[in-house]
Amino acid sequence: MKNFLKKIWKWIDDRSGISESILPVITHPVPPRAKWSYVFGSATLFCFLLQVITGVALSLLYQPSSKEAYQSLQFITNQAKFGNVLRGIHYFGASAMIILVGLHMMRTYITASYKYPREMNWISGVFLLIFTIFMGFTGQLLRWDSNGVWSSVVAAQQLGRVPFVGEYLARLLLGGNTIGGQTLSRFYSYHVFIVPAFIFLFVAFHLFLVIRNGISEPPKAGRMVDPKTYRSWYQNLLKKEGVPFWPDAAWRDIIVSAFIIIAIIALAVFFGAPALTTPPDPSMVQTSPNPDWYMIPFFALFALMPHKIESIAMLLGPLLTIILLFSIPFISHKGERSPLKRPWAMFGVICVFVFVISLLVIGLQASWSPNFNTKPLPLTDIKSSNPDSTIIKGVHLFYAKGCQYCHTINHYGGKAGPNLTTVGNRLSIEELKVRIVNGGKNMPSFGGILSKEDLNNIVSFLHSQN
Amino acid sequence: MNDQLENEEISRRKFFMKLSLGLAGLSAAVAAIPVISAVLAPLLESKVEKWRTVGKLNDFQINTTNLVTFINADPEPYAGMTAKSAAWLRRSSDTNFIAFAANCTHLGCPVRWEKDAHLFMCPCHGGVYYADGSVAAGPPPKPLTRYQVRVFNDVVQIKTAPLPITNIGGSKSQPA
Repeated sequence: MKNFLKKIWKWIDDRSGISESILPVITHPVPPRAKWSYVFGSATLFCFLLQVITGVALSLLYQPSSKEAYQSLQFITNQAKFGNVLRGIHYFGASAMIILVGLHMMRTYITASYKYPREMNWISGVFLLIFTIFMGFTGQLLRWDSNGVWSSVVAAQQLGRVPFVGEYLARLLLGGNTIGGQTLSRFYSYHVFIVPAFIFLFVAFHLFLVIRNGISEPPKAGRMVDPKTYRSWYQNLLKKEGVPFWPDAAWRDIIVSAFIIIAIIALAVFFGAPALTTPPDPSMVQTSPNPDWYMIPFFALFALMPHKIESIAMLLGPLLTIILLFSIPFISHKGERSPLKRPWAMFGVICVFVFVISLLVIGLQASWSPNFNTKPLPLTDIKSSNPDSTIIKGVHLFYAKGCQYCHTINHYGGKAGPNLTTVGNRLSIEELKVRIVNGGKNMPSFGGILSKEDLNNIVSFLHSQN
Repeated sequence: MNDQLENEEISRRKFFMKLSLGLAGLSAAVAAIPVISAVLAPLLESKVEKWRTVGKLNDFQINTTNLVTFINADPEPYAGMTAKSAAWLRRSSDTNFIAFAANCTHLGCPVRWEKDAHLFMCPCHGGVYYADGSVAAGPPPKPLTRYQVRVFNDVVQIKTAPLPITNIGGSKSQPA
């Protein structure tokens, strides 16, 4: 039996050329000492394959129609066998892919692996980064709840900032003049057909380049990259010290990838899929759209940047970032690769990392958003132990007039404006009146909104907060 | 004689090479027409606008602002609930109404009317508007977009319009 199976395999191998073409690729020599920091690229690839497989499985259950997508997601989440876990794997897989592609890019930049002859590896990698982020964004929309609908509108508004053709691009994105039947069909097509096709194409190209140009050797301080001699030097290195990719180097990639996939599945089992919000009804306005975590830094940036330059920044920011990323291998394609000898490059990486993480943390707090869910401030939580009727009315008005959405008093309220727990210590009655009547930099003027009596009551209350 | 035959052969090969490339290009171009048409379909469709009834005149009290919903001008049969739009309708006098788009002019998020505060507030980035739609605070570059509104046979009607998109200068594509 064993011999019979061997014969079959030999026949298949001979006619298909599997061993002949695949073995040299998987056993190609790689530089020694390329260890744990080199695993992020392959881990990203395995995550992508996980996304493809779970995505195909989801497509068997999902209805890509504006009318029925929400119901089909409810079915997948609540009724389909392992549906919730399947959605969870796809969600956490997307998150892992974004983190890993970021880590892979950081490692490549820190070790200057983008330098000669691997400039095209970097460029194809930048394309893959853009595609990955786009997949994350469109995937969030396919959840097609109120978050999905309003995220589509936000994306259209951002495209609207492109000069001259912005409005046309926005209409193309939405599939019409408004959110409608074609909106989801378009995002489904982007997410399931168009962008994945580009990802497959660029992954194949990226891997081809990895084989053609070889895995970059770990950098060594003082060892320069000279385009005139590098290729022959690299071939000599492989001849002298190279080790076969499989199994000597690949085992680390497989262990890390397997660990990450197990972690993704564990997260999906324990936490499940992200909850659906309200149905995708654009006429339901009592909703607070929130992007998935990987889009939050962008969301935060739009709240924090000066309003006057925002439209320009919305257009130029992504454009300049992409141009900068593409131009990195052209700015410096030879010379030193060691991070120890490239302090400014390291400083740049740290700055970008701190910037993105800070935006994420600030964005998760979203202190600029009114806190519509705040509960009325109880009289037991005000400073005055024996409040008179004006103060009591002031407390009620502070909530009813929306002040509390933006200002906190004793842990009740929003954080868009200053904390007013002890405002009575800082501002006099007259100063409080001026602030409320005239408004401020980021506060509406309540002069035309409040009656004189209401104003006096609110001021009495605030002044008692000392 | 041999040279002549060889030249003829080369020109014949060149002819077929050009023919094959030409036919391939032609077939690709012809196939591309419906494909490009599908891609650009949203831009090729005419902008249909319709008056939609949102309530009777007596449904709206003077100096109040109410959320009204209506069906877009030309929804696809498979649009489901996404065929709906919303507007904030303010009755400012016996006969005057103002209808505001429910989209913040900053990034399009849904603004909500806070009745007691007399303000429109956006949940996304803290945009605030006064009752007349002008910007009160936050990042919105422009006042709330208005829809056309009319009273016709004692019913209030709003004219549907494309989703307002803010341009780079902060100006808006205004509903017609």
